[in-house]
Amino acid sequence: MSKLLQVNQVTKTFGNHTALNKVSLDIEKGQIFGLLGPNGAGKTTLIRIINQITIPDSGTVLLDGEALQAHHIKNIGYLPEERGLYKSMKVGEQALYLAQLKGLSKTEAKKRLKIWFERLEIGNWWDKKIQELSKGMAQKIQFVVTVLHEPKLLIFDEPFSGFDPINANLIKDQILRLREDGATVIFSTHRMESVEELCDDIALIDKSNKLIDGNLLDIKRQFKTNTYQIGIVPNSTSLEAELKANFDVSPTQFKSINNELQLNVKLEVNQNPNDLLQYLITKGNVSHFVELIPSANDIFIQTVNNNNN
Amino acid sequence: MNHLPLIIKREYITKVRNKSFIIMTFLSPLLFITLMSVVAYLTQLNDAKVRTISILDQSGLFQKSFQSSKALKYVYLKGKTDKEAKEIAKASKSYGLLYIKAFPNKLTKNVSVQFFSDESVSPGIISDFEDIIAQRLRYLNLKKIGIDTKDIKSATVDVTIKQENYLGVTSSKMEGYLKLIFGGAAGYLLFMFIIIYGNMIMRSVIEEKTSRIIEVIISSVKPIHLMLGKIIGTSLAGITQFAIWLILGSILMVVISLIFNIDLSASQTPQQMLVSQAIETQGLNMQIQDVLTAFLHLPIANLVIAFVLFFVCGYLLYSSIYAAIGAAVDNETDTQQFMLPVLIPLMLAVYIGFFTVIDNPHGTVSTIFSFIPFTSPVVMLMRIPFGVPVWQQMLSLALLILTFLGTVWFAAKIYRVGILMYGKKPSYKELLKWIKY
Repeated sequence: MSKLLQVNQVTKTFGNHTALNKVSLDIEKGQIFGLLGPNGAGKTTLIRIINQITIPDSGTVLLDGEALQAHHIKNIGYLPEERGLYKSMKVGEQALYLAQLKGLSKTEAKKRLKIWFERLEIGNWWDKKIQELSKGMAQKIQFVVTVLHEPKLLIFDEPFSGFDPINANLIKDQILRLREDGATVIFSTHRMESVEELCDDIALIDKSNKLIDGNLLDIKRQFKTNTYQIGIVPNSTSLEAELKANFDVSPTQFKSINNELQLNVKLEVNQNPNDLLQYLITKGNVSHFVELIPSANDIFIQTVNNNNN
Repeated sequence: MNHLPLIIKREYITKVRNKSFIIMTFLSPLLFITLMSVVAYLTQLNDAKVRTISILDQSGLFQKSFQSSKALKYVYLKGKTDKEAKEIAKASKSYGLLYIKAFPNKLTKNVSVQFFSDESVSPGIISDFEDIIAQRLRYLNLKKIGIDTKDIKSATVDVTIKQENYLGVTSSKMEGYLKLIFGGAAGYLLFMFIIIYGNMIMRSVIEEKTSRIIEVIISSVKPIHLMLGKIIGTSLAGITQFAIWLILGSILMVVISLIFNIDLSASQTPQQMLVSQAIETQGLNMQIQDVLTAFLHLPIANLVIAFVLFFVCGYLLYSSIYAAIGAAVDNETDTQQFMLPVLIPLMLAVYIGFFTVIDNPHGTVSTIFSFIPFTSPVVMLMRIPFGVPVWQQMLSLALLILTFLGTVWFAAKIYRVGILMYGKKPSYKELLKWIKY
């Protein structure tokens, strides 16, 4: 796969404050890329640099191998976290205006808007005033104008905020569909469950530095501790003590209908989960045996906390 | 991709369609005309009341000097003492009593005249009395010296100075007044335009910030394009509004003066009064012809070209500052601290214009201020009807354009950073820092 966006050693300071410190990222075509980080980490600055709203002090950004230029803005669709619409304009004319700013002709924009309005079930909103819309309704309009010009690169900053679960799902499906149609998506959010669900690669930024980046599954493999959560109805009461003697064991809890012994067992590098399982089978009825894989949430908290210490 | 026309179009359409804008556009001339009519009507009403003045002339020299007019009626009280006269005047509800004491019958220099009244008297009436008495006494004194009335009349000379420059172009007083009017109107128009539409631009920038659409827009267009589009679009809306005001105003003026038969010129501005005085002093049949020739003598081509150039540059200079202020703050109440430095040079320009240019269009003060970029548009516009050398105009314009470019650059920097800043109200120091971002 080739790279759509390459960020090389980008640094940006505002007065004494460093917003980004030599941050490099590679985003491959056709991916959903999760840009994560706590508040104030520098994500928005990075996104603004990609959108040419802010100019970096040093470093380069390449889109499709070319250094960013003015004409690239029509290849990017950006849904900022702080988003609004002109209150005094009607939905239709506002969407047309924003689409024309991205270089679409009026007739083309109208045609596409009709399709998208149908798709998001807002076909009859054309003449509504923005003031009449609820927050979620306005978000739909903003989503449409972000994707309307069919950009190669889509940047969504907290796209689901303000949506009810049904509409959030509708938008999520549209994002996946856009990816299938060939778009690359940068997805910035604090909602880790949507990161798990959608993202292929992620990068974690904290205090203006990039801490980790790469394929989400690879990162999980790096962060996994070879720990297994087990549930067993033991044959003898001595099992717990026996396990503690042989393995690195810690208490755990999960929902179950059995009255069983629940433990986390951390294996050494030279220990094999199959051996553990075989050993357990001889000791009782194994009802639960799962490898503990760190969630994006765990990775986020662990990495940021380590960075703070 | 050039977004400027799109942005201008949107700014224009949303401004023009705005309800309060429409109401202002159509209501203001109506209000203005109504107000003027009311003032004119009340002035007429005020003058329509006849005032009676009682006169006790113990000298006996002024029996025919005071002639009753529409507004003033004179009643001579004969053979009364001043005490009696006062009581009569009071009882008859006279406006006042003019009391002229008898004086020795020789060459009179100082005359003791008193005026008694309940209310304080308008100074115009008093000075009229003084003129009448002085004129009569001068006439009597001349007669006493031995100069005949006929001689006095034949010695009276009417003087009209014909003005001409060294190239042989004649001019008249009328022309001077016309120049004042043109210059003053042009300068004042620019001033009003900047205040009204500069504020409108500022509000529209703040609106984009508070509605949080700015980041969406700014990811598609360059901030400077957005700023210029806003300025130009709003200005076009302003010009539309002004044109409607002008047309509506003149129509209403004609209609109202026809219907109510009110002389709208009754409420005159001082400048109009100068003109009507000039008209009075010259023959009535001369006046129309005079105005026309005076008008033709104005440097019309220069006036029009200079008006357009100085107006546009001056307006852009100030409106870009307004846009920057709008970008620097979050809401309108925070704008005050930044407004003062904008308003001071503007007010200065108007006052300099009205006081020094009228007095001496080519004096040092007016000349200097017609070069300083922040005051030059207004002051130069006021000076130009009096004939300003082309090199001065060019130099002033060049300075103005340079400053204008610098200001737009500066404003664009503030704008670019400011539109994405929320929360705190910036200080001047911070604004300077933003330039480096």
